[in-house]
Amino acid sequence: MLDFIEKIRIAEAIEFFTDWLTDAFSFLFDPIKNQFGDFMDWSSDQLSAIPPIIIILIVGILAFFVSGKRFGLAAFSVIGLWLIYNQGLWEHLMETFALVLISSLLSILVGVPIGILMSKSKTAEAIITPILDFMQTMPAFVYLIPAVAFFGIGMVPGIFASLIFATPPTVRFTNLGIRQVSTELVEASDAFGSTGSQKLFKVELPMAKSTIMAGINQTVMLSLSMVVIASMIGAPGLGRDVLSSLQRAEAGTGFVAGISIVILAIIIDRFTQNLNTKRK
Amino acid sequence: MPVIKVEGLSKVFGKNTKEALKLLDEGKSKEDILKQTGNTVGVNRATFEVEAGEVFVIMGLSGSGKSTLVRLLNRLIEPTEGSVIIDGEDLAKVNKDILRRVRREKMSMVFQKFALFPHRTILENAEFGLEIQGVEKEKRSKKAKESLELVGLGDYIHQHPEQLSGGMQQRVGLARALANDPDVLLMDEAFSALDPLIRKDMQDELLDLQVSMQKTIIFITHDLDEALRIGDRIALMKDGSIVQIGTPEEILVNPANDYVERFVEDVDRSKVLTAEHIMKRPETINIEKHGPRVALERMKEEGISSIYVTDGKRNLKGYVLADDASEARKNEVRDLNEILKTDVPTVSKDTSMHDIFEVIHNTPVPIAVVEDGKLLGIVVRGAVIAALAGEGEVNLNA
Repeated sequence: MLDFIEKIRIAEAIEFFTDWLTDAFSFLFDPIKNQFGDFMDWSSDQLSAIPPIIIILIVGILAFFVSGKRFGLAAFSVIGLWLIYNQGLWEHLMETFALVLISSLLSILVGVPIGILMSKSKTAEAIITPILDFMQTMPAFVYLIPAVAFFGIGMVPGIFASLIFATPPTVRFTNLGIRQVSTELVEASDAFGSTGSQKLFKVELPMAKSTIMAGINQTVMLSLSMVVIASMIGAPGLGRDVLSSLQRAEAGTGFVAGISIVILAIIIDRFTQNLNTKRK
Repeated sequence: MPVIKVEGLSKVFGKNTKEALKLLDEGKSKEDILKQTGNTVGVNRATFEVEAGEVFVIMGLSGSGKSTLVRLLNRLIEPTEGSVIIDGEDLAKVNKDILRRVRREKMSMVFQKFALFPHRTILENAEFGLEIQGVEKEKRSKKAKESLELVGLGDYIHQHPEQLSGGMQQRVGLARALANDPDVLLMDEAFSALDPLIRKDMQDELLDLQVSMQKTIIFITHDLDEALRIGDRIALMKDGSIVQIGTPEEILVNPANDYVERFVEDVDRSKVLTAEHIMKRPETINIEKHGPRVALERMKEEGISSIYVTDGKRNLKGYVLADDASEARKNEVRDLNEILKTDVPTVSKDTSMHDIFEVIHNTPVPIAVVEDGKLLGIVVRGAVIAALAGEGEVNLNA
């Protein structure tokens, strides 16, 4: 009874569409893949070139000041990073970190303006909200497939997938933060004759800053999780260690790589959170 | 020559505004229009002129449309119909650029909840209007400092708003508005969020400032006492319409209709004013600490012929006359009890002026206002007469 028409060919249609995109925009994707890929390799090389001891010390000192001159976070960072070094995962850590850094920066660069647009226009909000819902509920692995089609394997598709997966919180929180600015403050800035951009930069964004920072914190965390998953399509870093131990059923090395990711996650999370509370 | 001329200014909230306006013309009420069209009439054909240097008070209860009206003046809310003419330009129709220029140069606004920017210092808040106009840093902070000095906050310029009390925050709001040197000051319930004593101080201060500034002020309030205190003229609003415009006297003496009459009934002075409104802080001495000598000194200082005596907890004990005190000093009497008179004329703080009049008639000393045996204040004869005549220092906010 339910078979009144044959199977609708959604999968084929999407595949066709992806193929078409890949072909039609290869003039765009190829240079991105090459140029950006080179840039990514270059930046993770740069990070790896710095002696680990210097990075550990710098992170420790920054942690001390960022957490309001307390030793907890600093001690954790130094010991945690040393442990990763000790386990011989330093180079992979740097690769993961470079990926997270670049993809978060891109997410913020894309997400904040979209959030601002949403806060300014009801139509934009109505259109973008369901897209964000879609982007966040779709299983993260699915993004890897078109990413590979567009950009081949390696760092660049990883960043592409992470961009799609991790941008929504920044967009949402930027929108929310700006909409939460009290009407009286918005009226005040209008009543004194602000232009739209004066209002945005002098009143709305500063007032929304802590909300936006909360969104950015989430974006960074999501980037990290996506960057690990992206090792399935050849993104380098700690995720690759997890993946290979999974394939070889080595619980020990898998655990070590996992712990390293957790340490990195905690350090990044505390850093972004403390930056937020400090600036309030 | 009026600074602002408002003609037929209306605001209808909702979709079908044309129909609502037509129904208004037919004399339908706000409620009928809401039922019939689903539109809410915010302001209905407001027409008035404000002269230069005048304090024009728009007063009404909540929901009367007064806050909407003030926002129509600087177009924070788009008018549905009518005009707001300032310097020959109809603000309701000008384009965005001209509107912005008028907001920057000619009109400033002070808000009920202060609307200070929490991420800026007091100085940066006061600079805001000038900063937006692109005035260079040095010049704008000089101007902002001047206007902060004017409201008495010169020492607080590097604090943040949350470090200041409500009254001080609103001074910053006022300074921010004044720094632009606008022709017109729109004050939307500017003092309503402050507690009564501070509110009265701010009213006094605004009046003081006004003597030197001579700004045109449009002041919104729901408080009739405030309106009577500071307004040169008052417009009373009800259901979006202005029901009467006049000087405080005109409104009190000749209410235009029942609504206004009911409104101002409460200020029929002899009926409504009570001891609380006209009492002064009493000069007292403490029977546990002071003797006739101190009593006499104190009376000399204040130029009075009698003084009230209380104990350490402000419980009223009686009064001492200057003559008796000086006698006692000559005779080296140390104890106040010997000359204390206890036939004190007392009233409660809710005693009306009518009744006070009866008491004050027969007594040589000021009347004591007492609650639970404690002395709250005194009422002197002059204050009663002045209050009945509708002048003098009457604390209507008490």
